[in-house]
Amino acid sequence: MFELLGIAPQMLFGQLLLGLINGAFYAMLSLGLAVIFGLLNVINFTHGAQYMMGAFVAWMLLEWLGIPYWGALVIAPVLVAVTGVVLEKLFLKRLYHLDHLYGLLLTFGLALIIEGFFRKQFGSSGLPYANPLPGGMRLDFMFLPNYRAWVVVASLVICFGTWFMIERTKLGSYLRAATERPDLVQAFGINVPRMITLTYGFGVGLAALAGVLAAPAYNVSPVMGSNLIIIVFAVVVIGGMGSIMGAIITGFALGIIEGLTKVFYPEASNTVIFIIMAIVLMVKPAGLFGTQK
Amino acid sequence: MSTATAAASATAKPLSHRKNRDLAIFAVFILAALAAPALVYPVFLMKVLCFALFALAFNLLIGYVGLLSFGHAMFFGFSAYISGHTVKALGWGPEFGILAGTACAALLGLVTGLLAIRRQGIYFAMVTLALSQMVFFYCVQAKFTGGEDGIQAIPRRALFGLIDIRNDLTFYYVVLAIFAFGFLVVWRAIHSPFGQVLKAIRENEPRAISLGYRVDHYKLMAFVLSAALAGLAGATKALVFQLASLTDVTWQMSGEVVLMTLVGGMGTVFGPIVGAGIIITMQNYLAGFGEWVLVIQGFIFVVVVLAFRKGIVGEIVAWWQKREDKKAA
Repeated sequence: MFELLGIAPQMLFGQLLLGLINGAFYAMLSLGLAVIFGLLNVINFTHGAQYMMGAFVAWMLLEWLGIPYWGALVIAPVLVAVTGVVLEKLFLKRLYHLDHLYGLLLTFGLALIIEGFFRKQFGSSGLPYANPLPGGMRLDFMFLPNYRAWVVVASLVICFGTWFMIERTKLGSYLRAATERPDLVQAFGINVPRMITLTYGFGVGLAALAGVLAAPAYNVSPVMGSNLIIIVFAVVVIGGMGSIMGAIITGFALGIIEGLTKVFYPEASNTVIFIIMAIVLMVKPAGLFGTQK
Repeated sequence: MSTATAAASATAKPLSHRKNRDLAIFAVFILAALAAPALVYPVFLMKVLCFALFALAFNLLIGYVGLLSFGHAMFFGFSAYISGHTVKALGWGPEFGILAGTACAALLGLVTGLLAIRRQGIYFAMVTLALSQMVFFYCVQAKFTGGEDGIQAIPRRALFGLIDIRNDLTFYYVVLAIFAFGFLVVWRAIHSPFGQVLKAIRENEPRAISLGYRVDHYKLMAFVLSAALAGLAGATKALVFQLASLTDVTWQMSGEVVLMTLVGGMGTVFGPIVGAGIIITMQNYLAGFGEWVLVIQGFIFVVVVLAFRKGIVGEIVAWWQKREDKKAA
């Protein structure tokens, strides 16, 4: 079959794997955006910058303090989440009573500040991060690098862990209730403002965790976030932000589609997600898993 | 974004009075602009005028329809490529190059507008941003745009075959005329019955629908008009700098026009002009600071959104209004 299409299976499965990994990052980032948007009503434009910060913190921990990848996987998200909590306390919470667009503009400004600062400090060409899992497995149809396999497994665990926490635990039920009716949840004696702060911290931490996972897979670069966030926005428009599972499925599916496009029609691989977005807007404007308000 | 503009629209003075005052201010501005080359380098002034027109086009959407487009660079930059290509490779005159750029931007606005107006609020912003990124990738790959090099050394042929615009001063007056035309188009649009319907959509879209207005048609018309004017600005800019490059199609450029309008005052008649003047001047002085420009722009965003949402002109209008109210009381 592969011979008929004129495509080597190594190429096809290799690109599928790359697509799956890209999809893992789309899924993790759109998940965080959806969780934040649900409770804060803010589209977090800083999300890409926070993903980039996660990668850079991991790089600094390794280069400056000698803390290896596995330590950074825990420390970096926590550190970046703390900066997120500070941002929420200082700035974001002043905007909740205003039009949502102000939240977008504020977080856009914050993203510019963070990206500009890192560009100034580290240049925009990117820094390498040593692969903590060198080597790979030779399968019948392709070569599977260990680190890529790890990224796919880890991101699946992270995504479904988040889904489980929000949809199946007591804490998650508070969160979903506060998304629907914050005033009522507050009346039941739950500290909603603190919950909002922690949710933002959690979403930011998720972005940073994705950043640490990305560090060995791609270069650590100040522009890695802004390049990604626009695609993630398109993913969010395609999936709709109403559903956690929807965000996960859309993220992975679009990554795979992008990978396949690289095999069959490479010219369109940069734009295929935007084209799918346009089609979805025509057919189902609320997004595949969304409900129109 | 009705809260930001409520102060400007809820004025007690009769409309005709305010209209006359605004036109008088515009006349003074044009007089000052006619004399300005005596003091300031004309190329700088042309840059300010192009960006002021760009910001006016953007403000038509955010200020008068309440739609935040985060992808206006696609019209500005794509139109610059079209005017650069038609003038340089096809040998068209500058007037046809600018017209072609504007027409293509309007067409692009029609296509992207049809998609974007299917969503509202922040989704609209995300859709326009994503679509403009698609245009960016197209411009990176397309043959006629020259990739990373862009289209360089675009010739400035005689305008209408008569006026020699190789001279910066002469071309400055042409650009000023284009700018004045753009301003008056926006002016006419927002003061027409069409503009009143746009404002009604901004204030209360469900109400406008229930009154029988075909809201989507109005939004689309406003979007196409805004795209065309942004294109006019981009096409002119390409001839001013004799260059069309990827910079003009990036998301950073879309962010810049948002910043200009925000600083000057969204939903005010002169805010975009003031904002463009300030941001371009600032970029000129900070050119040597490299990456810090990004940080400073981000900082201005944060300060304006947190403390200063009406923008400079918006604050002046509010202050003036307060004074008038006091006098009346």
